[in-house]
Amino acid sequence: MAARISRAQLQGATVTYRVDWVLGTDLLHGQCRCGAERESEDPIELWQWLTGHPVGHDEREAPRRADPRSLVGVRAD
Amino acid sequence: MRTDFPRDQWYVAAYGGEVSRRLLARKICGEAIVFYRTSSGEPVALADRCVHRQYRLSASALDGDLLVCGYHGFTYDSEGTCVQVPGQRRVPRTARVKKYPVVEQDSFIWVWIGDDDAADPKDIPRAPWLASNEWTTVCGMEPLAARYGLLVDNLLDLSHETYLHGGYIGTPEVAQTPITTEVDEEHGIVFVSRHMEDVACPTFYAKSTGIEGRIDRWQDIEYRPPCLYLLHSRVAPVGVQPGADGDDSGAFHVEVVYAITPETETSTHDFWAVARDFARDDESVSAFLAENNRTVVLQDVTALNLLETVIATEPPGYQELSINIDTGGLAARRMLAAQIAAGDTTRAPATATV
Repeated sequence: MAARISRAQLQGATVTYRVDWVLGTDLLHGQCRCGAERESEDPIELWQWLTGHPVGHDEREAPRRADPRSLVGVRAD
Repeated sequence: MRTDFPRDQWYVAAYGGEVSRRLLARKICGEAIVFYRTSSGEPVALADRCVHRQYRLSASALDGDLLVCGYHGFTYDSEGTCVQVPGQRRVPRTARVKKYPVVEQDSFIWVWIGDDDAADPKDIPRAPWLASNEWTTVCGMEPLAARYGLLVDNLLDLSHETYLHGGYIGTPEVAQTPITTEVDEEHGIVFVSRHMEDVACPTFYAKSTGIEGRIDRWQDIEYRPPCLYLLHSRVAPVGVQPGADGDDSGAFHVEVVYAITPETETSTHDFWAVARDFARDDESVSAFLAENNRTVVLQDVTALNLLETVIATEPPGYQELSINIDTGGLAARRMLAAQIAAGDTTRAPATATV
């Protein structure tokens, strides 16, 4: 068996955007290379914000909650 | 005419073993191409259309390194230049077919679709396991009657394994485990990571590795749009971690490689390969992985073929819904859209004309 580790996640200067699904929640946490961060429950909205750099990246904002009407099958819990 | 294919890109056209002294016809991004090897073994790709009366050169024959059209005998060298026509000595200056840049690498034949001046073999992404003596590989290719974007969506969101591939590679934990998505715009990579701890071992890995009991399972996707998809898969008994020195000999590694090559707007060449660093000489493991992975691929093919019929008949503007599991797929779509836009500004004629 080869002695090697599985490829580590991309990290460092070449990563432009990173989105973590926050453990135990429905929240996504986005980070731009510029250091701006944002939380959202809507991946489309979050990518629009990330790729819209630098627009709106100089402020820390409250999490963007998805409009429940835009979801299907929202769980009671 | 605009297409939905990224142009000025390298695509996998075939496995090296498919290209021989027999003519191989394959359509790539809507362009009909004939592949063969010269007598010295070099792969050649020419437009599969005689300049004379449009006959398929793939239905013709080789005479040494010359390709002789099976209809009227127009004869082309491996540069695509017509060197002989029937009944006359003068060969029209414009009698040539397009020659495509090709590179054989990592067991694949890569072809460049776009402006030849922009073709740089150094841009071809690597899958070194496939041609490495330290890994054992099984592979195949399945025709997909669906647009390539559906396969990209499928492979970037592995939560579907739980439902579409239950009993093979799917377990409940795959769909339940959060992912991390990263985009490297400079190098053109979408990375999706799902690390599962203390989870059920799916049949695919239990039988091939011999692990009994629960496992830690890592799925690290590295997608290099438009064509190459790598799934760095690591399975190990629960708690077995890589050492501080990088040694990970307590784990089992599988490199799952897909080449996603558009054939037409609504069909795709679905190349798949599974390379492993364990039981490398065990032919029963190779046979098991080949059969099971092909079964999994065909499960996807059946689902995506069905999905293509839905999309092809739905009214314009029909909306879909995206949730957290789609974060990686959405990133891939954005990168593909950027590649399509970039290719549109530099596109060249698809074939030489007379």
